[in-house]
Order: sequence, then C-alpha cells, then structure tokens
Amino acid sequence: MNFASPAFWPPTTQEIVFLLLGVIAVGSAVLVVTTRQLVHAALWLVVSFGALAGGYLVLTAEFVAWVQILIYVGAIVVLLLFGIMLTRAPIGRSADLDSGNQIAALVVGVATAGVLVSVLVAGFRHAYMPLTPGAGAAKPLGSSIFRTWVLPFEALSVLLLAALIGAIVLSRTDIRGR
Amino acid sequence: MDGYFGSYVVVAVLLAIGVGVFAGGLLANRMLRPHRPTVEKLTTYECGVDPVGEGWAQSQVRYYVFTYLYVVFAVDAVFLFPWATVFAAPGFGTTTLVEMFVFLAFIAIGILYAYRKRVLTWT
Repeated sequence: MNFASPAFWPPTTQEIVFLLLGVIAVGSAVLVVTTRQLVHAALWLVVSFGALAGGYLVLTAEFVAWVQILIYVGAIVVLLLFGIMLTRAPIGRSADLDSGNQIAALVVGVATAGVLVSVLVAGFRHAYMPLTPGAGAAKPLGSSIFRTWVLPFEALSVLLLAALIGAIVLSRTDIRGR
Repeated sequence: MDGYFGSYVVVAVLLAIGVGVFAGGLLANRMLRPHRPTVEKLTTYECGVDPVGEGWAQSQVRYYVFTYLYVVFAVDAVFLFPWATVFAAPGFGTTTLVEMFVFLAFIAIGILYAYRKRVLTWT
C-alpha cells in the first residue's frame, strides 16, 4: 500500500471497466427491489452478483471473483429461487410486493450507504494498492488461510454445521423440540 | 494478449462471440421465418395434450434441504481449492492436511445428522 496519489486523468482501461461494472451492479440491484415479478428479482440478482464478480476480477482478486460466481450466482440464487417457488404459489406478476415502509426503507438504505461510503473515504482516501496480478489467486490465499487464519477457518466449519442442522430442523415438521 | 488482464480480455471476447452466435442465430431465424401466430400455435406443447393449469406451481419443501445441502457443500468445496495449492508446499505438510480433515469432519457430522434424520431418503 502506498500513499502517492496517481493521476486520475486520463483514466486507465481498468478504471473505466470497473466503473461500468459498478453501474451494472447498482442498476441491477435497483431492479431487484423494484421489479414486480419475484422470480425476475432473483434473476436480476444474478446480473448484480456477476457484475460484482467482474469488479473483483478487475481488482485482480481472481479467486474471490470465481468464488462469487460459484457460491452466489450458483448456489445462493438457486436457494432463493427454491425459496420463492416453495413459499409463493402462484408466482406470476404480483401487485402486493410494495411494502408500506417504502419511504423508511429508502431512508435506511441511503443512510447505510452514506455511512459505508463516508467511512471508506475517510479511512482510505489516500491509500492506493497497485493492481498486481496473481496476488489474489488461490495459492497466496491458501497460504494465508493455512498459515495465519486457521482458527477462523475451523470455526467456519462449525458455523456451516449449525446452519445445516438448522435448515434440516426447520424444513422437517416431524422433528420437534423437547 | 497475455498477462492477467489480456487473458481475461480473451475470456470476455470469447463470451461476446458466444452470445453473438446465439443472438445472431435467433435474429436470422426471426427475419427469415413467416410469423402468423394463432392461439393454438401459442399453446404450450405438452405431449399433444392440452395443458392444464399454470406453469407457475409450488414445489415440495423437501427440495429446499437439497439446495441447502448444495450451498453448504459449495462453501465447503471452495476452501479445498486454496488448500490443494498449498498443502504439499514446504512449510505446510501434515498439519495443514489434518486441519482440512478436521474441517471436513465437522461438515461430515452434518451429513450424518441428515442421514440419521432420514432427510436423504426418498419416500
């Protein structure tokens, strides 16, 4: 990390692609919450997650980008689609999707985004990372996980176990608490 | 076209070519074919029988557990990739191997639970 400010003009190709991907991510995220079809909301989420993965790729976080594709686009969206198909039927165009708390939700969303952006700008305004390809590949990540972050990694397995058992208990009606 | 960004430009170009071939095929089809739809032609083909009801249907809650198992194992498998690149490298060795198997053992308890609660059986 260095503190020498690079020139912002002319923008590099990476910066332009990153900005475009950011616009796609935000635009499709807005469509997720405004579409009238619940299934389309899940599909727009695919676009949003995909653009986010593209952003990771531009930042040379290669492994995280493909994990984003595998986990979020592959697994989480399938989970969401199944959740929609299980709970709402029929699931065509529905008019009752707008909550009465729209204004409050908008205020909370904008305020949260404001806090996050201002914290990031205040903390990292003068910090610049060179985009070195290979730093975000599987191997450096593996060595940092298994050298430094072994305990969080093992704690994660307990979290996954708890989530798995919780899902089984919730979806089975014949397993009762004592 | 080599280096990190060059190789991903190749991926993006390949993706664009794929989308182009697909969209071009559909577009050429649309421009060449006659277009005279009737109600019968627009009906969903269902083995020659008139379709009943709607396409949107509710599915069984039991499938949710299978998708959930898939999510858990996708998260699980993601950690195998960085592990596979380093566990044989000097400075890692048996400890790293054991750490991964401890991780997998915790997940295996979940599978054992699912098996004992007969989630994986098909009734």
